[in-house]
Amino acid sequence: MPNTTHTIQLTLKPGQHDGDGQRVAEAAARHLGLTTGRVRSAALYTVRYPLTETQLSDFATRCLADPVLHDVRLNELTAAPGFATYILVARRPGVTDDEGTSAQNALADILNEPLDVHTQHIFSKKLYLLENDLPEADLRRIAEELLGNKLINWLEVGRVADGIRDYTPRPGGGAEAITEVISLTGRTDAELLQLSKENIYALNLEEMRAVRDYFAAPATQAERQAAGLPADPTDCELEIIAQTWSEHCKHKEFAALINYKDLETGEEKQVDSLFKTYIKDATSEVDRQLRANGNDWLVKVFSDNAGAVRINADSLFVWKVETHNSPSAIDPYGGAITGILGNNRDPLATGIGGARLLFNTNVLCFGNPEYDGPLLTGQLHPRRILEGVRKGIEDGGNKSGVPTVNGAIVFDDRYAGKPLVYCGTGAVMPMQFAGLDSWEKKIDAGDRIVMAGGRVGKDGIHGATFSSIELDETAPATAVQIGSPITQKLAMDFLLLAARRGLLKCSTDNGAGGLSSSVGELAGISGGAVVELEKVPLKYPGLRPWEIFVSESQERFTLVVEPGKMAEIAALGQEMEVELTDIGHFTSDGFLDVRFDGAPVARLNMEFLHEGVPRKILEAEWTKPAAAEPQVPAQTDYTATLTQLLGSLNICSRESVIRQYDHEVKGRTIVKPLMGATGQAPQDAAVVRFNFESWEGVAVSNGIIPRYGDLDAYHMSAGAFDEGVRQIIAVGGKLPNLTPGDGIFWSVNDNFCVPDSVYDPISNPDGKQKLAKLVRMCEALRDATAAYCIPLTSGKDSMKNDFKADGVKISVPPTVLYSMTAKMEDVRRAVTSDFKQDDDVVYLLGETHDELGGSEFYALHGQLGANVPKVDFANAKALYTLIGQANDQGLIQSCHDLSDGGLAVALAETTFGYGYGAEVELPAAGLPLATQLFSESHSRFLATVAPEDVVAFEALLGSRGTRLGRVTPDGQLTVRHAGQTVVSASTATLRAAWTNGPVNKLLGVVSKDNLSHSNSL
Amino acid sequence: MAQKTFEMVQEAAQGAHKVQSEAQADSPESAGAVRALILTGFGINCEEEFAAAYRLAGAEATIVHLNQVMHGQVSIHDFDVLNFPGGFSFGDDLGSGVVLANKLRYRQNGPDGRTLLDDIRQFIAAGKFVFGICNGFQVLVKLGLLPNLGGSVTPEVTLTHNASGRYEDRWVTLRVNPKANTPFLKGIDTLEVPVRHGEGRLVIPDQATQAAIEAAGLNCLTYADFDGGATDVYPFNPNGAALNCAGLSDTTGQVFGLMPHPEAFLSAYNHPDWARRRRAGQTDEEGQGLRIFKNIVEHITQLHAAAAPAPQFATRN
Repeated sequence: MPNTTHTIQLTLKPGQHDGDGQRVAEAAARHLGLTTGRVRSAALYTVRYPLTETQLSDFATRCLADPVLHDVRLNELTAAPGFATYILVARRPGVTDDEGTSAQNALADILNEPLDVHTQHIFSKKLYLLENDLPEADLRRIAEELLGNKLINWLEVGRVADGIRDYTPRPGGGAEAITEVISLTGRTDAELLQLSKENIYALNLEEMRAVRDYFAAPATQAERQAAGLPADPTDCELEIIAQTWSEHCKHKEFAALINYKDLETGEEKQVDSLFKTYIKDATSEVDRQLRANGNDWLVKVFSDNAGAVRINADSLFVWKVETHNSPSAIDPYGGAITGILGNNRDPLATGIGGARLLFNTNVLCFGNPEYDGPLLTGQLHPRRILEGVRKGIEDGGNKSGVPTVNGAIVFDDRYAGKPLVYCGTGAVMPMQFAGLDSWEKKIDAGDRIVMAGGRVGKDGIHGATFSSIELDETAPATAVQIGSPITQKLAMDFLLLAARRGLLKCSTDNGAGGLSSSVGELAGISGGAVVELEKVPLKYPGLRPWEIFVSESQERFTLVVEPGKMAEIAALGQEMEVELTDIGHFTSDGFLDVRFDGAPVARLNMEFLHEGVPRKILEAEWTKPAAAEPQVPAQTDYTATLTQLLGSLNICSRESVIRQYDHEVKGRTIVKPLMGATGQAPQDAAVVRFNFESWEGVAVSNGIIPRYGDLDAYHMSAGAFDEGVRQIIAVGGKLPNLTPGDGIFWSVNDNFCVPDSVYDPISNPDGKQKLAKLVRMCEALRDATAAYCIPLTSGKDSMKNDFKADGVKISVPPTVLYSMTAKMEDVRRAVTSDFKQDDDVVYLLGETHDELGGSEFYALHGQLGANVPKVDFANAKALYTLIGQANDQGLIQSCHDLSDGGLAVALAETTFGYGYGAEVELPAAGLPLATQLFSESHSRFLATVAPEDVVAFEALLGSRGTRLGRVTPDGQLTVRHAGQTVVSASTATLRAAWTNGPVNKLLGVVSKDNLSHSNSL
Repeated sequence: MAQKTFEMVQEAAQGAHKVQSEAQADSPESAGAVRALILTGFGINCEEEFAAAYRLAGAEATIVHLNQVMHGQVSIHDFDVLNFPGGFSFGDDLGSGVVLANKLRYRQNGPDGRTLLDDIRQFIAAGKFVFGICNGFQVLVKLGLLPNLGGSVTPEVTLTHNASGRYEDRWVTLRVNPKANTPFLKGIDTLEVPVRHGEGRLVIPDQATQAAIEAAGLNCLTYADFDGGATDVYPFNPNGAALNCAGLSDTTGQVFGLMPHPEAFLSAYNHPDWARRRRAGQTDEEGQGLRIFKNIVEHITQLHAAAAPAPQFATRN
């Protein structure tokens, strides 16, 4: 009788480089100050499947071990001599184990027998052996702070001499399929609130009362009795309502009635929904202007998982940006990877579904990674969050085969509690699938509900509140979601094919709220649904019906399939190894009807569910923050200042991050994040072509400047919008709607991430001011869209970005990201930022003002200042139009937008692509020198023009362009002012300061040695 | 039914949208054209640009899901060149390419116990070609098709984690070994291409193997510095590979694989320095990576011409 549990250990053969072990030793020394001695890593696989000794040995040596690299040990957990201590990193029950799944796949192949891939038979682990005899507390620090996360991993540490303790999860057990009834009648207000809190419904008193009243209403009672439901709500019903009415899904604050007071001017007004007033209505007005001018490319906005605009007669561009902040705060890797994969599912499941993903983009906000103070309980170090998120994006994007074409990282101490993780995905969809309009979601009663992709476990039940759930052997809950890019890739390949074969009526993704949300929303189209929960395939037994319905297990889609197409789609799923399950059908009776084994679990009136949430009324009060311009002593030489700025946290190179993302899979990326012969010239926006047959493409940019919000949230928001626009203008994009029917689409997503902005005298005394900031951000957004005639197509708001522990609250600064895309008619006409040839003439385009407030220059002096940069939309639009005309005539050789660090930093960066330098003379009259060099006034560019084009260029640009000097071949940057040299530096030195900044140093990719090689041009 | 499924797979895999799928509509009946089969599925993700490369080089490119081949709905023997694209097959969970190689070697596809590796060996014996890029190259190495010095298709070398310990996307320069005997590289001296991998470091277990590889010129591509010389200096050699080797062929030259991505350099506008080069007068819009595909397509076309012009339909049912 073959044994059923085996352990396979793979160790590197003597002499093989153990990079993993070496990294652990280095990181322990660097980040924890612990000396480990040599560290050796080993892979462990526990196989819980009957195998003969020969089968086990064959599997280990032929499938798992690399004959060149590995030694194999079977069923012995021992260490090589010379290692005193160990750390074993396993997974907790139910946590996604892709490595185990792949090993299982390999086992099925070598045995040539079908192995139920949905039962976990193989568990992968890592074993680290440490040379030094470290005390257990130190081992635990290494385990918890460098190697694993207590929420996900089971960590064993100890002395080798005491025997290596193994751990293999055993998911399962737990609850039976019971549905409970919860009575609301007769509960006091305090009791209602208590119930909401205990069950993590996150509903306030008014909402709880509305729920109670719904169930108490005679009409409801009669309906329930007729349908065989108990008079009181079931646990599942309350969970469905809580999820549907959550801030996350219902955007209650963006829909609230806001009483706004400007204490500065005395103005008072009532805002009837931020979303409606500033986003939806603003876009309707833009659309009206566009259509009036023959530009009818806006196809779908706000009403689906992603916005859609028309590229040409045959195809649509689909664009969505989301945030995944709370999960990333607690589990940075898992939070980021599920963020990417979840956001990918939005364009994939827009309309019918089956769009082809084109690119990803990411914008990240972190605390200072070099922070060395104490941490609050439960707070992860910003460096750890940065590294985990970065790795999550690497795996989420790279393993899905979607290029990460650009992004941004913003550092501010106030992101040390909750980081912001914005994930964006662009996709292309044909206008039609099998003769039907691809962007439409149509459902009729009788259509089947099919769940596709991964199985359901206890992952992500109650979303981000999981930290309060104790995870142990008896409760197999693993509330943390770990994405499985490979599972999603299979589902994605399937979806593309199913759509093109006309097998899908439509689809949506399963994200927040799981089936409850996806089926609940789709049921709104047909007017109802019946779900049979016992049919939902589970990862392991022991889930209650309500848990099955609201679980946020990843990599799942909900498909709508006509009954006559079920056989064909099932066959396709089987062929492509994607599990499809028929879990019910749509109805038109107005009820969401959920059953388990035929017994009623929930039956809710759809209108109450979707429209019954009471409206919030919120208070906002704006007072201008007190601010003054500081006295910064004037200098005569700013070379050192420029060098310092280039090496500062918010300006320095992000190359070590960028290069770990695949930014050119698919072979269509034309402007990458770093360009030039050196591969080190930073670019303003990415440019990606749609396919290999035409030169049409899309430019992608991100506008975000949270620090200006400390001076004025309106100008912060306006500036961020302008930044996104000018980055696209810089790479050769054009504003929309300048000429009739030009068809240049723009598609912008707004993503607001703000601290708790609901006033409470005790817990949130400055809530009114925070909400006023949000109102002002929205006002600026409306003004910007109107000025540029640029529509918003989708977006998201994340309202509670605060981290509370030990009596301390860390709140993010009010932040908004504008993620912009615009059509490029011919990507070959894209313009990159770096200087192209010596003797080209250097121009400053646009106007500099006395606007050092919130600048990186002031930050270097520890100051904020007062004069926040303001956007003059009319002037900006006129300049962008002229630049578009100049590009039409091919007059511009390089163009870089001016942002952090102003003109001086832009000048340096434009030399980084090759060995060029520049000689520049700043106007003697006008603004002080430091202001000319470092002011961050908006809507400005540094451009170069070939000598032979100077006349034409100056004739076109007129006073909007200031001639500064010329590009030189000598690799020296020289700036003169009033007869004096005020900056003089070798561009190689400047580039070294930028490249060896804290980000690259922290991630340890670029050393001095390495730099000298890449500098050799 | 099988044939229908196959066509739909091909359509879907090609059609980023309608314009593209129409422009790429192949005419499988055109006699004498070079036929390239490109595998996808299970995490492979560079199949579209791989197919585009063959089309730009004048061949017919057909993308199929691996299961179509495993289940016998598509025969590799109907094609001239079998291609393994890059990506993360099975997530690279047990080491890059391992699970896919394992499947090709062990999974029996019919009652006769035949594996896809059996078919591939027959395919090569018939004088046909196998090409792997990045993850595809890793599959060929883990399978033992490269370098296959002993002819027994057992792993002789391996590809593992970069010396940096990191995945990296960066452009490198490759130099072709003058002793290279593979038609894929004919007439090429140097080549610029991006690398995008975390496990590209070639490890050769012993001196004898290394000497045999060098003697036969199977280390056909070398990471080079700005002077064109082989280099072990990072980042010119991005992963610390033995022999500074970026690609291998087998002794016949019919099987070829490399870590970098020539299919990501089909257009001059893929290069990070394209804008400066264009300003400096470079007008060629073709990317250097396309040369490899043009080489093999031309080579097979010549083989077809040289072979007896037996009517194509004679071999069909």
